Amino acid sequence: MNDPQNPKAKEPPSTDVPVEEAVAERARAAGVATQGLDWRNVILVPTLALLAGLFVGALVMVFSDPDTLRSWASLGRNPGKALSDSWTLVYEAYSALFKGSLGSPRAISETIVSATPLIFAGLAVALAFKAGLFNIGAEGQLLVGAMTSVYAGFTFDFLPGPVHVTAALIAGFLGGALWGFIPGFLKARTGAHEVIVTIMLNYIGLLFVNFLLKSEIFIRSGRTDPITKPVAESAKLPPLLGAEYRVNAGFLVALAVAGAIWWLLFRSTVGFRFRTVGTNPNAALYAGMSVGGTYILAMVLSGGLAGLAGASQLLGVQYSVFPGFSSGYGFDAIALALLGRTHPGGVVMAALLFGVLRSGATGMQAATSIPVDIIVVIQALVIVFMAAPELVRQIFRIRADKQAEQDTLSASWAT
Amino acid sequence: MSTAAAGLPGGISQKRARVLGLVFIALSLGIFWWFALGSESGLSSTFKLSSGNEFVTVPDLSLPARSTALFLGTIAAFLGGLQIARGFGNKTYLVLGAVVLCFILAFLVWAARDRSLNMLGMLSSTLLRAVPLTLGALSGVLCERAGVINIAIEGMMLTAAFTGAIAASAIGNLWIGLLAGIASGALLGLLLAVLSIRYRVDQIIGGTVINIFALGLTSYLSARVFSSYQNLNSPGRFSVIEIPLLSKIPIIGPIFFSNNIFIYLMYALVAVIAFAMFRTRWGLRVRAVGEHPKAADTVGIKVLRVRYQNVVLGGMVAGLAGAYFTLGSVGRFDENMTAGRGFIALAAMIFGRWHPVGAFGAALLFGFADSLQNKLAILKVPIASEFLLMAPYLVTIFVVAGVVGRARPPAADGQPYTKE
Repeated sequence: MNDPQNPKAKEPPSTDVPVEEAVAERARAAGVATQGLDWRNVILVPTLALLAGLFVGALVMVFSDPDTLRSWASLGRNPGKALSDSWTLVYEAYSALFKGSLGSPRAISETIVSATPLIFAGLAVALAFKAGLFNIGAEGQLLVGAMTSVYAGFTFDFLPGPVHVTAALIAGFLGGALWGFIPGFLKARTGAHEVIVTIMLNYIGLLFVNFLLKSEIFIRSGRTDPITKPVAESAKLPPLLGAEYRVNAGFLVALAVAGAIWWLLFRSTVGFRFRTVGTNPNAALYAGMSVGGTYILAMVLSGGLAGLAGASQLLGVQYSVFPGFSSGYGFDAIALALLGRTHPGGVVMAALLFGVLRSGATGMQAATSIPVDIIVVIQALVIVFMAAPELVRQIFRIRADKQAEQDTLSASWAT
Repeated sequence: MSTAAAGLPGGISQKRARVLGLVFIALSLGIFWWFALGSESGLSSTFKLSSGNEFVTVPDLSLPARSTALFLGTIAAFLGGLQIARGFGNKTYLVLGAVVLCFILAFLVWAARDRSLNMLGMLSSTLLRAVPLTLGALSGVLCERAGVINIAIEGMMLTAAFTGAIAASAIGNLWIGLLAGIASGALLGLLLAVLSIRYRVDQIIGGTVINIFALGLTSYLSARVFSSYQNLNSPGRFSVIEIPLLSKIPIIGPIFFSNNIFIYLMYALVAVIAFAMFRTRWGLRVRAVGEHPKAADTVGIKVLRVRYQNVVLGGMVAGLAGAYFTLGSVGRFDENMTAGRGFIALAAMIFGRWHPVGAFGAALLFGFADSLQNKLAILKVPIASEFLLMAPYLVTIFVVAGVVGRARPPAADGQPYTKE
């Protein structure tokens, strides 16, 4: 509470509302506790989680490399060789990774390009978390958003440049928002658990987009393979550093949106409602807030942000939608929201970091023939360590504190 | 009319019953419009029902397309009328099933007009497609009845498919592969249990992590290992075991009793888990832990131990489901070969209302939609296969939203338990 770095401490904790203890306990178990972040949680635990992830990733690399395994097999004869071989392998892989993502202006541009949709997607999941909702559906929302955005991108070509880009971005937001509205509405009206509904909507969205890709409206003329018409020139996000680099205005939009979400969450009434409902829906209800309405609004905004992720990738990089358009952004988004501690600023940092991993992985594969999929393994490990702060504390022997305990996310099927 | 419909015993409201009746009527109109009028008169649909290996060869069934569709539509309309007029009480869902069946049969008659449809082949592929779904759903039932959400079925299956393939190829024995698959499932089950019970990580996050981890690790390892050692990815497949006598029964034999070991294990597991869960002391304890852990603890049940046990068991069953992909079906590991079937299994578990037999039924239904979707192109039906593939997901949303019946999870599902 007395930490000046924590903007949330300025507001009264929602648990001040008198409710029966059992009810409050239940709500705490079902929601996301938002109070009591200290520097240890904000900086130290994510950093250690990342280091632990990179370390275990290195172990996976070492124990799947035939040559290095061979030198481990002859450990008895030459113990130094096994260690030095392992070290060389890991060092080469990670240095190729970071050189590929930070080593040159072009590499940095590529890193920002891969981070841009991740910022939007991470914000989507983080925003929903704040309202106590688990949006696993960013993947589907992103695809639907990309579809509506591409439609606006190739149809409204009569609009002047800046207006057209804005219209296409808004179309992407609306598409994602529609896909987010469904689980929000169903949760508010019928209590259907948003996790189940969003999982199912991911696949429905994917299949629906696959269907649309083959339809008359979207398919590129003269092509039989499923790829949409390209967006008009006027709908493309302008490059920031000339045509030579792919980094585009989408990144600035992402930063602006992150700022807007921070304001919304921590400086507006709506945000206060989100956080109260997220912490303790029963208290929010007693305080006269519309819990159902908050769920719907949070899911609409969350879906819209995921839709923007699709739109930014479309209008800034790909210019058309095709099968495999989203390379797992929806799942990365969950990792990002956790790594960024569901705070917009944290999400931006986490997204830049994942951008480094993503854009460096290709260079790593080229240099060391280690498959890019190792990145996915590292990301999964990072989520484990982030989701189980106790585990990180145990490994690194950090003193446990009561407040960090509350920060563990928890949800339930049963409503 | 309203007085007759009042006081429905089945618990569904009068208004709901009427709406359902209207849905039945709409389905029957659909049958009349698309399938009866859509079939030119004089055409007949032929269904092949025999593999030629039975005691008695069943002759091909040949039906006049339009009259059959008209007949089925009339039944549906009649049931719809009765539903509006007086309702069916607690048999409502049975009637719903009957109407949907009429619709599907009419569709098949229409799709197969002037052609021959290998009905036997389709039903048999339905069963095969239902195998990983059923086993995956059983894994979910085991975990969730004890109060631990398992959305990691997908990741467990994928990992087991990989380890099954690599172990069977390396050692040259399918049984070792099967055991390795089950063991890797158990290991991931243990991981889920430790994360959610020991470290009280949110169970959905824990499951998501396992899914991401499994996809990353198997893709990584298959790219790394199989590219240079292709012989490690040729495990072969379990051969078909014909059950003596039973496999010779017309229609039923070739579908149910002429399969490989996985299918028989599936029957056994459905029966065993259904019995154990609802007829034994063990099952009662598990369900108590899933519904009200505090009460269970008070009477001396070791809540956490039951949860550990069940999640590991669930992991083993999911491992069996995964091994089916490489050792029972394809005979090779491909990157991301489960392709979301773990989530359809989750859907089957929910649609089957957390009951083994219900899950089996749901899996068969989803398997049927899948195998039908595969036949559409051959039958030249102008329906995009995507819409049939969507069916399991749509049905699940309807079920959790309470549009058609209501699925209620175990009360403590997903809640970590701490002893006070």
